Amino acid sequence: MKNKIRLLTGPYLAWALAFIIIPLCMILYYGLTDRTGSFTLDNIMSIATDEHSKALILSVILGAISTVICLILGYPLAAILAHMKSRTGMILFIFILPMWMNFLLRTLAWQTLLEKTGVINTFLKMFGFNTINIINTYKAIILGMVYNFLPFMVLPLYNSLTKIDENVVNAARDLGANKIQTFLKITLPLSVPGIISGITMVFVPALTTFVISTILGGSKILLIGNVIEQQFTQSGNWQLGSGLSIVLMAFIVINMVVTAIFDKNGEGSML
Amino acid sequence: MTRFLKKLYLVLILIFLYAPIATLIVLSFNSSRTRAKWGGFSFKWYVALFSNRDIMQALYNTILIALISSIVATIIGTITCIGMRKMSSFSKSTIIGITNIPMLNADIVTGISLMLLFLSVGIRFGLGTVLLSHITFNIPYVILSVMPRMRSLNISTYEAAQDLGATRLYAFFKVVFPDLMPGILSGFLLAFTMSLDDFIITHFTKGAGIDTLSTKIYTEVKKGIKPEMYALSTIIFIAVLILLLLINRHDDNKGEVNSIITTI
Repeated sequence: MKNKIRLLTGPYLAWALAFIIIPLCMILYYGLTDRTGSFTLDNIMSIATDEHSKALILSVILGAISTVICLILGYPLAAILAHMKSRTGMILFIFILPMWMNFLLRTLAWQTLLEKTGVINTFLKMFGFNTINIINTYKAIILGMVYNFLPFMVLPLYNSLTKIDENVVNAARDLGANKIQTFLKITLPLSVPGIISGITMVFVPALTTFVISTILGGSKILLIGNVIEQQFTQSGNWQLGSGLSIVLMAFIVINMVVTAIFDKNGEGSML
Repeated sequence: MTRFLKKLYLVLILIFLYAPIATLIVLSFNSSRTRAKWGGFSFKWYVALFSNRDIMQALYNTILIALISSIVATIIGTITCIGMRKMSSFSKSTIIGITNIPMLNADIVTGISLMLLFLSVGIRFGLGTVLLSHITFNIPYVILSVMPRMRSLNISTYEAAQDLGATRLYAFFKVVFPDLMPGILSGFLLAFTMSLDDFIITHFTKGAGIDTLSTKIYTEVKKGIKPEMYALSTIIFIAVLILLLLINRHDDNKGEVNSIITTI
């Protein structure tokens, strides 16, 4: 009986082996061989070339800036939502609804908003302000990242903030701590798991995106995601693309390890 | 004062999140073909939409893939959770670890890895490969939604049902299954939404000739988006909005909605 029930995990284990584990091994294989199939480190080392390292550094910087902005914008938002009485409705409308409008179209809409003669500038001119020209710049890409990945920051923050026992906060106030002290000594430390998992959930997609940079950055700005995507869809150099993916995976693994260390109980997880 | 500031902050965030959506809705009524200028109010893109075979085909593919992949993922994910109950904690955490890989890995890496797999096995790229990929990234969402339900399950009721003469299967479907249902449902909805909104993994695994809405939009980005696309997304958006308003009005359903929300 016991064993029979255990067999129910069989289909998934087989599926995971075929479609999760083996594909990752394929990336390792392609990344570590050349076209003739013999071992080489050239694909991975090509990250050191000017073009690739520039793209990687730019991706890390833009990803980090976006993550920080998401945290700054998201923390107060999560705190406000966590203290609201009818939270379900609000969260539904803030985060779930937009997801049903295709993510490419939403990003594209920012083009219309940000263009030189776009909606925002028309408004600014109407009221006599200076116009802003950020389309096809790093700023537009950061805006696109913050816009698309803000929910990934807020939801884990919200989850960890709602788990904080009100009594602990009240106790701190009773014992004479002011609002700022209570926040720094109680709320903030207790929400660390949420912060960490929020950072992971935003940084990984921001680091690896190629869509946002294509749509909002014009075609001049290349992120590491764009470089990898081009290797597969245009140059057909799978070995090089895989090698660069391995470098990217190293970043993701570091990120995962850090998360695992800080979030042992899965308290800040999205689910 | 602080209440006012909180409200103001929420409103500003809402404006930030909804400005692009409002833009798309407005564009769907713009009779001019370009996004750059306003040519007057018109319903013509809504009419044109239904005779645009390419978009309709892409819509059909998108829904078909989302539906099949989320149903298959829900079945596999649910039976996995049931099977995991009797496992040692070591095998359990191994499965959870594997499940976390597609969740935490970058979509581009997942997409590329699946593409390399299909290439080396020699499967023809098309709906089939997209479907396999979507099932793969959907199963984790189901497992992670059903797991908490499974953990809080009271096994005594199942045993009681058997003591009262129910067969194991009957007891399972009458007692255990209803308890798991909210988790299964939210897993399914989550999987469906993720599949619907996916672009990157589809982009790498679809092959030529097959398009979902996302990949179709991506190819149109450079050539200029057909306004019919705005009309379609406006229809989808309004439909979901109405659905959410209806669900939200039933206060007794709040628990369910809540569990769906927290899973996302």
